[in-house]
Amino acid sequence: MLELKNIDTYYGNIQALRDVSIKVGEGEIITLIGANGAGKSTTLMTICGVVPPRKGEVLFEGRVINGVAPNKIVQQGICQVPEGRLIFPDLTVQENLDMGAFLRSDKEGIGRDLDQVFGLFPILLERRKQLGGTLSGGEQQMLAISRALMARPKVLLLDEPSLGLAPLIIRQIFDIIKQINRESNTTIFLVEQNANQALKVAHRGYVMENGRITLEDACDKLLANDAVKKAYLGL
Amino acid sequence: MRPVPWFCKGKAVRDPPRGRQDGFMEYFLQLFFGGLSRGSVYALIALGYTMVYGIIELINFAHGEIYMIGAFMGLIVAGVLTAMGWPTLSILVIALIIAVLYSAAYGYTVEKIAYKPLRGAPRLSPLISAIGMSILLQNYIMLAQTPDFLPFPRLIPDLEFMEPYANFLATSDLFIIVTSIAVMVALTLFIKFTRMGKAMRATAQNRKMAMLVGVNVDQVISATFIIGSALAAVGGVLIASHIGQINFVIGFLAGIKAFTAAVLGGIGSIPGAVLGGLVLGWTESFAAGYVSSDYEDVFAFLLLVLILIFRPAGLLGKQRAQKV
Ligand SMILES: Nc1ncnc2c1ncn2[C@@H]1O[C@H](COP(=O)(O)OP(=O)(O)OP(=O)(O)O)[C@@H](O)[C@H]1O
Ligand SMILES: [Mg+2]
Repeated sequence: MLELKNIDTYYGNIQALRDVSIKVGEGEIITLIGANGAGKSTTLMTICGVVPPRKGEVLFEGRVINGVAPNKIVQQGICQVPEGRLIFPDLTVQENLDMGAFLRSDKEGIGRDLDQVFGLFPILLERRKQLGGTLSGGEQQMLAISRALMARPKVLLLDEPSLGLAPLIIRQIFDIIKQINRESNTTIFLVEQNANQALKVAHRGYVMENGRITLEDACDKLLANDAVKKAYLGL
Repeated sequence: MRPVPWFCKGKAVRDPPRGRQDGFMEYFLQLFFGGLSRGSVYALIALGYTMVYGIIELINFAHGEIYMIGAFMGLIVAGVLTAMGWPTLSILVIALIIAVLYSAAYGYTVEKIAYKPLRGAPRLSPLISAIGMSILLQNYIMLAQTPDFLPFPRLIPDLEFMEPYANFLATSDLFIIVTSIAVMVALTLFIKFTRMGKAMRATAQNRKMAMLVGVNVDQVISATFIIGSALAAVGGVLIASHIGQINFVIGFLAGIKAFTAAVLGGIGSIPGAVLGGLVLGWTESFAAGYVSSDYEDVFAFLLLVLILIFRPAGLLGKQRAQKV
């Protein structure tokens, strides 16, 4: 459904991605793990068109989407929950969610999806009129995920959703990711440092080092892989 | 004596204070409304600075020139229609509309050729490009029109019902105040409720995230320049008619004042630009009226310095720790 083919991405003269190829099937959860600065966030920004690749192709549903403007890519159904959540601080929770549905015009559908995200995260309903910037970290993460869901994405890209959250909330967030995948058959591309959790949630995983994909396998195999165990699972 | 533009020195050339200045209250009101009208125009122009800064963190030095170009377009339209014998008020309306469209086109074009190619470049580059654009437009108008002052026809007639108040409130002041308020209310509603308005707010708060929810940021930036330029053109035509003359430097002078107003109110803040404009207008008006018109600029900039000492981000600006 989504495929990266031999992607090279640069920031100015600095090469961040080297010959990256990743394939995501419809309805699949895949995870990309790697150390700080490996190029995980860059991979997601390349998919979304914010940092276009210099070489290679990004394909979505068979069409080339690299070089397409970011807003057009969102329109095709790819949404990202970026690193650091990037909540609009001076918009209310409700307005943040409305921004998620920016490209939609089906009022009824938006209303239904709004009810659905309030069902997933009841706290957001309580905080509806509060400014996004005043939410706690965990609440902001919930809002960021909800905002992406409001676009009704076909593919949801999540960049370190567990970062800085308490273990209990992390479990809750991962449960909800599974639920989203199960209930609406949303394809999920999960970037994580929390390799242990991520590999348990996902079906397949990729390991990235210094901008290259070094390993790719089913998650249970990666969990059993000695190199992965040593480098990412702390075993 | 060389005529001085209104923005340089206190009193309007055409509408000298008509009060006999006998009553304290009357004089006070005269200064109050004079300051309000002047401040509204500062606010109209300051909005353009502050909106552009809010979206792309650029100080658009060419903004004053857009204002000046609006005034020139107003003059051309007014000249033609006056010669055709149209009634004054209809000339005013048409001059406003055409000047707004013309300035908006200029603002849009300036962004496309002078700033857009420099997106992603170091911050100094677009700033220098803006200064270059300002000088270019000034000189272009000087050469294409004239370096001298041109008389601007009086487009705001004295209305009869204003006669009892004429001692402290000229019709043109009232007109400027009312028009500015109407335009600002419209702008507020636009930003609060329209799709483009929401996209603007989102882009100002986080450009990357705005892209990721599907906002076309290029479009938002263009719209910001178009709206800012349109507001400046409204100010340009109204003031030109109020003062009665224009030349190619009026944009530079008004630009500095309006920029001061934007900084005073907190650059990036829309209510800040309005408040900054009014505070600046009143300061100048009262300083000119009670001290001396030679001192109005001194007081204006003294006020700026004081406010920036105590509130570095301006009156309504966000107090943020600066990244060094
Ligand atoms: N805007 C930028 N300009 C220049 N270099 C950048 C930029 N963003 C990222 N980089 C560089 O690109 C490389 C990959 O960064 P990226 O953010 O993709 O890493 P990451 O895998 O997401 O790391 P983390 O787990 O810490 O978030 C890093 O070396 C980083 O310094
Ligand atoms: Mg990252």
